[in-house]
Amino acid sequence: MSDIIRSIENEYFKPDIPDFAPGDNVKVHVKVVEGTRERIQIFEGTVIKVRGGGLSRTFTVRRISYGVAVERTFPIHSPKIARIEVTRRGKVRRARLFYLRSLTGKKARVKEKGRF
Amino acid sequence: MAADINKAIMGIKVGMTQIFDENDQAVPVTVIEAGPCTVLQKKLSDIDGYNAIQVGFYNLKEKQVNKPARGHFKKANVKPLRYVKEFRVTDIGAYEIGQEIKADLFNPGDMVDVVGTSKGKGFAGAVKRHNFARGSMGHGSKYHRRPGSLAAKGPARVFKGRKLPGHLGGERVTVQGLKVVKVYPERNLILIKGSIPGPRKGLVIIKDSVKA
Repeated sequence: MSDIIRSIENEYFKPDIPDFAPGDNVKVHVKVVEGTRERIQIFEGTVIKVRGGGLSRTFTVRRISYGVAVERTFPIHSPKIARIEVTRRGKVRRARLFYLRSLTGKKARVKEKGRF
Repeated sequence: MAADINKAIMGIKVGMTQIFDENDQAVPVTVIEAGPCTVLQKKLSDIDGYNAIQVGFYNLKEKQVNKPARGHFKKANVKPLRYVKEFRVTDIGAYEIGQEIKADLFNPGDMVDVVGTSKGKGFAGAVKRHNFARGSMGHGSKYHRRPGSLAAKGPARVFKGRKLPGHLGGERVTVQGLKVVKVYPERNLILIKGSIPGPRKGLVIIKDSVKA
């Protein structure tokens, strides 16, 4: 990649992004604008996909909200994200956890990664 | 007669990326290293029959230019430049020979047209070149990517301009109505929303939009 493009992207990179991977549980603090007021909304769920590189890197979080599954994809460096919190490390064997979509209840869980 | 333009600048396509705008939305942008262009000559209607400025862009070494061209650059008292083009600007009085045209010619929010030379695709079939529909690839069909019927039986000939396979790309293409997202005047960079024709390192001309 050209140095010029890298230098432009560098202006937008966020320095404080925690390390997380598919299977992890995260709390995404999203800035929501209501009229003139801005507040923080938390979207908590399992990371099922991380794609792209550099500034265009995105991740998808899946959660079950009132019985309805919701998946939201965020650009990782988006200014709309105030903070990302990792609440639980998951132990998974693949990079894309799309199999969770066809599972419900107790089956749709990700094992916690043991500490060692 | 070419339409007069208000302002124009030459540049080199650097590549694409995405940035976040003031509403925190991700915007796809093309980065162009635009200018500085130097005015080499003024064409005047009294002498040349039309009004235009001749500008050059992209520094070259002295030895990369032949003697006649070297003389032409010496006349304007500038270093040799790779690309020389004429712009028929409306206000020719605003330009002096030797004057530099820089990236700050455009401001964020401006609507522009971008001219470039599209990527060459070689000899391409009708499906790729003219967006023809292709036939079924299976179910016993042997008709896959052919152009179909050429004409009716009556005229007993094929009309001119019939869309057929042939050379695709490598031609001058103008994309109209693009938005300038950001300008870095000190680094000669212009960021334009969306894609523009041509490969990286290809020459492009940015001019103000005819439709804005």
